[in-house]
Amino acid sequence: MTLFRAVFLALLSVLLPILPTQATAQTNGPLRIEITEGVIEPLPFAVPGFTAESGAAAKFAADISRVIASDLEGTGLFREIPSSAFIEQNTAFGNTLSYSNWKPINAQAVVTGAVSADAAGKLVVKFRVFDVFSEAQLGEGLQFGGTTNSWRRMAHKVADAVYSRITGEDGYFDSRVVYVSETGPKNDRKKRLAVMDYDGANIQFLTDSSSIVLAPRFSPSGDRVLYTSYETGFPRIYLLDVGTVQRRGLDASADSMSFAPRFAPDGQTVVFSRSEGGNSDIYTLALSSGRQTRLTSGPHIETAPSYSPNGSQIVFESDRSGTPQIYVMSATGGESRRISFGEGRYGTPVWSPRGDLIAFTKQNKGRFHIGVMRTDGSEERLLTASFLDEGPTWSPNGRVVMFTRETQGAGGAPALYSVDISGRNLRRVPIQGSASDPAWSPLLK
Amino acid sequence: MCGQQALRKMKRVDPMNKLSSVILLTGLMALSACANTGAGRFGLGGGGAGTDAGLVGAGVGDPNSPAYFSQTVGDRVLFAVDQATVGAEARQVLAAQAQWLNTNPEYTAVIQGHADEQGTREYNLALGARRAAAAREYLVSQGVLASRLRTVTFGKERPIEICSQEACYAKNRRAVTVIAAGAGV
Repeated sequence: MTLFRAVFLALLSVLLPILPTQATAQTNGPLRIEITEGVIEPLPFAVPGFTAESGAAAKFAADISRVIASDLEGTGLFREIPSSAFIEQNTAFGNTLSYSNWKPINAQAVVTGAVSADAAGKLVVKFRVFDVFSEAQLGEGLQFGGTTNSWRRMAHKVADAVYSRITGEDGYFDSRVVYVSETGPKNDRKKRLAVMDYDGANIQFLTDSSSIVLAPRFSPSGDRVLYTSYETGFPRIYLLDVGTVQRRGLDASADSMSFAPRFAPDGQTVVFSRSEGGNSDIYTLALSSGRQTRLTSGPHIETAPSYSPNGSQIVFESDRSGTPQIYVMSATGGESRRISFGEGRYGTPVWSPRGDLIAFTKQNKGRFHIGVMRTDGSEERLLTASFLDEGPTWSPNGRVVMFTRETQGAGGAPALYSVDISGRNLRRVPIQGSASDPAWSPLLK
Repeated sequence: MCGQQALRKMKRVDPMNKLSSVILLTGLMALSACANTGAGRFGLGGGGAGTDAGLVGAGVGDPNSPAYFSQTVGDRVLFAVDQATVGAEARQVLAAQAQWLNTNPEYTAVIQGHADEQGTREYNLALGARRAAAAREYLVSQGVLASRLRTVTFGKERPIEICSQEACYAKNRRAVTVIAAGAGV
């Protein structure tokens, strides 16, 4: 129902002044009142346990409904109504809902579903979304098929569809994050590349910890990862295939060091920072030929490059003004313009996948912040503050950033956090142990 | 048996890590070093940090030993916040390093540049590269052949002091000259 969607968009538009204007068309509705008071009231929803259509499906049905609820609740935009509050304890999966059982507990959205599993390991998940107060189904019923060992992905896909139907935007749950897993004391950290689901599940290691590895970045298709490794004793950039874990060095220049690699949107070009004689500049490298092109020159530090989603521009960090600041140049190099003018030092700019914002790290008065600004540097907003926050990465839909937060002192250790771009819903990603340098994949296919 | 000569051919010497254990374990190191000779390569500069099995302690008393270099000559110079300028104190240390390198031409060196934790990873890598290069330039200006000196940046990846105060940061903002065997490139 459109009212349902419109109310939700209105909520997002207040959080985000940059949203297109059609989102502000809604003028009434219960959530609207909360917004003008400056309080975000998450939308109450319920996910009755999915129906198991066979004995083998029982556990999957229960687990899948839990992951869907957790995905939605984790956005901070939704609030789950616990099953203990339900009037109706067994909700059959059908094309209608007994709305009168959900209105009294104020469930605005209800997601019902059914799961079947066969002996061959095939899993089918069906679901429907209901707008309780409009007494209507929101979109059509849908089903996903897969294998039982991909049950979490199927749950994320359902949650993405629900999120998308309610907010009108793409979701981000069926995605992965590559990061650096850390162990050991601060002066002898062991680091290895790892990849996990966006919510911290299904961790797999991609390298061992025999050399320092830094700042992995996904390819646009999510099947490859660029990163920096000290396996020769010197920092150099590498390309790793996530499926086979095969890797190759991309920069064999004997007298230089290379780091901070990132893919161009075409997936064929790498932009990175190369240091020669103490001077770091930005280069591109064609993966097919290995040919390098220098984009910046001059004696300053130029590093942390990131492409705009259309590939036409590169945002990067330079200390040419005396302190590190953010600049934008054409993807072919040449003139650049400074876009950061606030107080303090700026680094690690990353272009949003929507193209509208640049996320960055800011250091000011002994504190670190993750922030976002428009691509011309206007409307800077700081989302976090701590002893050390750095290295934002965007969710596939451009609504959330994940970053590294390191605690202070001799026992200090890094962990991954996420926050939405309104600065709300700061959360630690629930993984065991220390972790840094997250990079979010695109939505999986 | 491993004598002084054999020790000189060790592939790497990295006194940056665990300086005190170098002194304490000098004898042990000399023994374990025998199993680990591999001459003619540049040292890898502590990429594996603190696990330098090939560490050599050939007697601090021997003025031609890498141990003497690291402990008596002084293997490191410090930098101000965000700076890569070689100050007066650092110039003195580097001049002495150059003198040692000039009298011991069979060694090469890798100069490691480091930063404190205040700053992003990428910026600190670039800053460490700048510091290592500044130290190298000064050594070259003192007559050390450029082909004997390589640089590596560790950014903020390998602090030696772990508190989050200026007292520690000051020691982490450093360039460390790590002696290795080999005639240079």
